[in-house]
Amino acid sequence: MSKLIHILRDETKASLLILIIAAIVPLVIRNAYFLHLIILIMLWTVLGASWNLLGGYTGQVSFGHAAFFGMGAYAACLLYVKLGVSLWIGFIAAGIAGALISLPIGAICFRLKGPYFALSVLAFSEVLRLIILHWKSFTEGAVGILLIDPVLSSKTGYYYLILAITVLTMMTVSYVLRKRMGYYFLAIREDEDAAGALGIFSTRYKLVALGISAFFTGITGAFFANYTNYIDPYIVFSIGDVSIAMVLIVVLGGIGTYWGPLIGSVIVVLLSEGFRNIFASASLLIYGALIIIVIMFLPRGIVGNIKARYRK
Amino acid sequence: MVSGILVGGLYALIALGMTMIFGVMRIVNLAHGEFLMVGMYVCFWLFKWWGIDPYLSLIISIPTLFILGVLLQRFIIQPVIKAQAPGENQILLTAGIGLVLTNLALVLCSPNYYTVLTPYSNATVLVEKISVSLPMLWNFIISFGLTGLLYLFVMKTDVGSSIRAVAQNPDAARLMGINTDRITIITFAIGSALVGAAGSLFMPIYYVFPAIGEIFTLKAFIVVVLGGMGSAIGSLVGGLTLGVVESIGAAYISMGLKDGLGFIIFVLVLIFKPSGLVGKTRF
Repeated sequence: MSKLIHILRDETKASLLILIIAAIVPLVIRNAYFLHLIILIMLWTVLGASWNLLGGYTGQVSFGHAAFFGMGAYAACLLYVKLGVSLWIGFIAAGIAGALISLPIGAICFRLKGPYFALSVLAFSEVLRLIILHWKSFTEGAVGILLIDPVLSSKTGYYYLILAITVLTMMTVSYVLRKRMGYYFLAIREDEDAAGALGIFSTRYKLVALGISAFFTGITGAFFANYTNYIDPYIVFSIGDVSIAMVLIVVLGGIGTYWGPLIGSVIVVLLSEGFRNIFASASLLIYGALIIIVIMFLPRGIVGNIKARYRK
Repeated sequence: MVSGILVGGLYALIALGMTMIFGVMRIVNLAHGEFLMVGMYVCFWLFKWWGIDPYLSLIISIPTLFILGVLLQRFIIQPVIKAQAPGENQILLTAGIGLVLTNLALVLCSPNYYTVLTPYSNATVLVEKISVSLPMLWNFIISFGLTGLLYLFVMKTDVGSSIRAVAQNPDAARLMGINTDRITIITFAIGSALVGAAGSLFMPIYYVFPAIGEIFTLKAFIVVVLGGMGSAIGSLVGGLTLGVVESIGAAYISMGLKDGLGFIIFVLVLIFKPSGLVGKTRF
């Protein structure tokens, strides 16, 4: 066990190892359901990692990341359906749409701190959902958008696509954190006033963190739209299924840790798939229960608590 | 407009519980709307099984929610606060409680929409040539009565002044020999009981389904922010504002967008007057 921990401490090596295994998996295993599970895990890892950059490292917990997820999904789909822009370009456009919408939201919400910030972002995500829901002539409203011919048709293709997105996200996040900007983020998390006193424009850097986070969330939204072929405002702007789930994954895995999003999404995806058969429509019950249990007994998340133990 | 004011009275009652919990414990209770849902189901089942009138069911729904509040606070929320968890963990915890309640309701009560049909559900009275829905008028009066009772309780009793002391400064209150744990439990329970009462009051004019809590959690939060966090008068002002804005929006703009209007007002207040309309900041 301690040897494993030792390897995991070297993030680059361990990531490469996992990457190689992940790249080989579809060549060996042809079970579609198994691939689907891993695709879901990677999808949530990306969402968790991009949330973690803002919530974990910069300390700005947001309860409304569904805003960027939904914007990305809708940007890609609407560009394709209305203007005929290729869905591949849609991925980039989705990221940009997510980042663009995050700037005004951030500019307003960053006036607030802590819980107020978290909930005001949530309010914005609800506003976006309502706009999309009622602007029927443009967005089809509650009918949603059906993508008849998404970018790829095979599960393996999606597998490698989300793998690439995951790698890109994880690399960007750890690259940013290693740069000066990353230290600014950490400084803002630890003590915003002190960071400001040291000459860090805290609002500007919080916006940057939010922008990067929203960019990748948007891309994942576009991936989701392609993968499931169908989006509607209730799915992609969902509070419980997207916003809260993102927070849960990171808090469960370990907030502000490199491995947290991955561990969290493995557990959440496997559990919710497992319990889906038992509780059917109420599979969110397990989310709620998990949240309560984790916060009561593992306040720093799985990775955070393991780290604390092995540091001694 | 009038119905907006009347609904606003109920919003105020819901938000009052949230603002009280916030004022004393510094926690935004994201399960608040779900408590409302529980209150509504209590009222609904009482009506269905024993034909108890929704207004009479206040006697049962208030204690039920009070006990629920005590249990949640004592066994789940308090240990987390004691461990000095960061603020976002505490919000997430209440969100988790909300999810569990919603989904339990989904399992136990099925996702159907239920409503309570009473002889007076559609009754109206004419006040100065304006026809006013009778149950809504009653709701308004009862929620103001409850608010008044709460005010007396907080201002005149020993427990009430302890609650105020803890809200002002928990450490000082503890030094003065106040059992702050007990006070927070009582506060949380009262906050839950208030929203339970609101649940009973809502039942004659609204329908209940498991996911209703989310909507009302957001509404309560908007009202609380509109009025100013932790301020009781603020939640009254905020509740009335939201009610009026929604009914005007529904009448003149569009029924579906009325919820969006609430959010827009919310954002405007956040930008221009972050301390809330009443302006008593407790940040």
